[in-house]
Amino acid sequence: MDTDRRIQDIKDRLAYIRDIFGGKEDDHIRLLTAKLGEVLDRDAATPGGVQAEELSRLEDLFAFSERKLDTQLTPMDRVRIVRHPQRICLKDILENVYDNYTEIGGRGEFNIDPSMLIARAYFSRRVGERIVNQMVMVIGQEKGHGEAYRNGGSVKPWGNAKALHYMKVAETENIPIHTFVFTPGAYPVEDWPGAAQQIARNLYEMAALRAPVVAVFSEGGSGGAEAVGLADRRIMLSHGYYSVISPEGAAAIEGGLRTDSRATPELIEKCARQLRITALDNLENGYVDRVLQEPPLGARPTHYDFFRDLRRELIQATNEAVSEVRSMKLFRAMAVRASVGDAEVVFMRWNLSSSASNRLVDLRQRKFRAMSRHACLDGTGLIKRMAASARGTVWAANSFLRYDLLGRQKKRLDAMLEDLGAEAHIVRRKLLMPLKRIMDSILPVTNVEQQKKGDAVRDRLTRLSCPEDGACLVGSEWAWISPRSQEDRTVSCPQVRTHHCPDLWVPDLYGDFAGVCPSCGHHFPMEYPWYLHNVFDYDRSREFNQRLESMNPLGYEQFDAKLDQAKERTGLKSACITFETAINGVETVVAVLCAPFRGGSVGAAEGEKFIRAAERAGRKRQPFIAYVHGTAGIRIQEGVNGVIQMPRCTIAVRRYIDGGGLYLVLYDTNSYAGPVASFLGCSPYQFAVHSSNIGFAGPGVIAETTGMAVAPDYHSAYHALSRGHIHGIWDRREVRKNLHQALLTMGGRNLYYR
Amino acid sequence: MLNIKELLDTVKASPYREIVIHAPHTGVVEFTGLKAGDRVHGRFGEYKEKPGTLLGHLTREKNKKPIHAPEKGEVGMIRTELEGKFVEAGEPLVTIKHFLTRQEVIELVLQKALYLFRAPERAKYYFVPEVDQKLKVSGKRSVKVREGMELMIVSRMKRETPLSYSGPEGIIYSVYFGRGDNVDEGEPLIGVCPEDQLSVIQDVVARIQSEWEEE
Repeated sequence: MDTDRRIQDIKDRLAYIRDIFGGKEDDHIRLLTAKLGEVLDRDAATPGGVQAEELSRLEDLFAFSERKLDTQLTPMDRVRIVRHPQRICLKDILENVYDNYTEIGGRGEFNIDPSMLIARAYFSRRVGERIVNQMVMVIGQEKGHGEAYRNGGSVKPWGNAKALHYMKVAETENIPIHTFVFTPGAYPVEDWPGAAQQIARNLYEMAALRAPVVAVFSEGGSGGAEAVGLADRRIMLSHGYYSVISPEGAAAIEGGLRTDSRATPELIEKCARQLRITALDNLENGYVDRVLQEPPLGARPTHYDFFRDLRRELIQATNEAVSEVRSMKLFRAMAVRASVGDAEVVFMRWNLSSSASNRLVDLRQRKFRAMSRHACLDGTGLIKRMAASARGTVWAANSFLRYDLLGRQKKRLDAMLEDLGAEAHIVRRKLLMPLKRIMDSILPVTNVEQQKKGDAVRDRLTRLSCPEDGACLVGSEWAWISPRSQEDRTVSCPQVRTHHCPDLWVPDLYGDFAGVCPSCGHHFPMEYPWYLHNVFDYDRSREFNQRLESMNPLGYEQFDAKLDQAKERTGLKSACITFETAINGVETVVAVLCAPFRGGSVGAAEGEKFIRAAERAGRKRQPFIAYVHGTAGIRIQEGVNGVIQMPRCTIAVRRYIDGGGLYLVLYDTNSYAGPVASFLGCSPYQFAVHSSNIGFAGPGVIAETTGMAVAPDYHSAYHALSRGHIHGIWDRREVRKNLHQALLTMGGRNLYYR
Repeated sequence: MLNIKELLDTVKASPYREIVIHAPHTGVVEFTGLKAGDRVHGRFGEYKEKPGTLLGHLTREKNKKPIHAPEKGEVGMIRTELEGKFVEAGEPLVTIKHFLTRQEVIELVLQKALYLFRAPERAKYYFVPEVDQKLKVSGKRSVKVREGMELMIVSRMKRETPLSYSGPEGIIYSVYFGRGDNVDEGEPLIGVCPEDQLSVIQDVVARIQSEWEEE
């Protein structure tokens, strides 16, 4: 009986190896197959079955070969390991790493989203004579060894909302959070709370979550990973991957394939290698703090030693995060640093005082701020850089003096005077009105002067439009007109079938009409300079960080040439333009994402520029406007250097908003994926220009991942509005007016003009 | 009285609808090389988002506009002599013979033969208890309706109001709503036919069901 079980076990191991190497032929695999075949033959021929020693020899050979094969793993093999149904999942970890746990927020299939698993778990630790239970909140995606209802760990928006809810619970209860990233990516549906918007919300909250967070990455698929991945300590399992896109997705884009055709395995393999997705790559780039070694060919549920290591690593990481910010630690901080091998020795309570959690949040924000600096090129000279940093300090000091130290006193005084004035007004009214009424009844006087004034006002309000007052403008009112308006031809409006719009003459359309169909209001896509000049007064603006340049940090094949081409064609150095300008007299910092530069995709340079703009706005107490002319998402050729901009920029935005600023996002044309799921989608004020599309994944990707076709207008701004993702839709010609009104009426307490 | 046999004969004599595609405005016509007798299809896709077969282009002021087939069918006549020529608005360009499907023929016959009593507002509709009883016991063809007869109860937002039938006298041929369904405004509730035509209509529908070939 025992022999049968052992033979079956060896057979399973061989099947697993075959799965991992995806049909590749290898000497080791051939040898193992042959040896196993021999043993099986002998087992069938011998009456009592094979000897136990023979099986032990075979097992040893397997162990040896597995170790050998482990050294040959390619990035794509690791992807297959992570996706294998035998890969450890969160339930295994809860069973084997923690001493006890209670699943909350649903059980198994009876769950708002079975792919997101929440549990209250604890470690039992011996401290002297006592046993202490150290509680944590465990949050993570559950792949469930191939259970269909788990959806492969692809979390729906409401699953991420559940995760966020329990993060807040952990914050209230003052316990650490352990998050486990086991996701190929988020499930791309737009229904409330919206895939992108919910991830953005998670990032926004985690950016300042007042509880220690330790994240463990096994399968980190882009946006889905970020929804729970913003942590104080990030541990990565050695056979895991963390990537901006699945290798298949990258290959499909690289090969320029349509939805119904498949990329070749070689191309996929190449993309997996180029994207630098493995644990060591990420450690090298500084996006994870530590790599936890797994058994050869990846951890499976029977590797109990691995679970012990993981337990030690989790305790160590939590201790580190806590000891960094606790005030009472003395020797333990040293011990924590020294005890990498044996974390269980050090005991430390994991609840934090208020000041300690402030320090924790600050450290977390600094940690992410420092990431990915190597992935963009800063052409600014050393002297200029120093000058800029000195200027930043001066602005901060000036704002502090003007608006905090003195401004606050002045505000208080103003408020007091206002109150006094209002009180006096009431008293005066109560005393004098009866007197006036008596006087009026005794001596009725008609004030001719006043009556005249009243007539004039009535006349102005009631008369019809007067062309002589300038109601009919002659010539174009636009400061910049699209070069397309030079063509002498007509175009048809795309809504002609439903709205029966007449054909439009191009000089009219792109000239006076500003690209808006006068019949149905459809907005034809417009070049970004139109907005720069007609909305943001670009000629009088001060652009900054102009020399911050996109590069090819991963050495992605042929990308240098493509990047150079984009730079040459647009005259930009990255897809982001940042400048200071005045909108009807209100000084504002503006960041523009330009679609013509690599689809407006966000990489390290764009992220860095965006962050610096947010910091500048914060220092100068100015409102911060992000105008998204169009973005296709995170730049996949930059790999994790791009993805990491999601938490980085969101943290910058969070810091800015917490500092009392006004952060407003305006979407135009098409805005999708990563940026919408982070620093754009987290804004409390998001507006869109007519006829724009906003979403998480495009229709092709939705059809591919969810298997359902979506309506052609699924991502239209009006649908986004009715789903609650954005808060208003603006006419292009009124953007400036609306922006000005928003600047005056929205936003925080710390704007310089309030 | 409507002669259903005659109607059916006319449908049979020309079992298709001829769709004439006119030039929507002036312009230069280019065809895509379709010939008389070629099959074309109309808009398709789950949301009817994909256009029908491209028939040709009409160019005016350098704006080249595609002309698509509106429905499935066969090209009857195509004015290839106009290729590359300037045409006036309203000029017939292509005719498409759209073969009527079984469903379309039945609809056509019923439309002519039945009086449809439509829902005056979006609500749930029930028959009044007496009618309901009768419908249940002896089937829908047993209920006779006449002008002013209290036939239904309109139930909407916790209020219930009676609804009287208005239209020609006859018997209920078909009921188009289910119990507890919300019916939109203007949707048909019941189809009524004159009593003497009942058997004829039933017969014709059964024959179309079995004999009509075009799906």
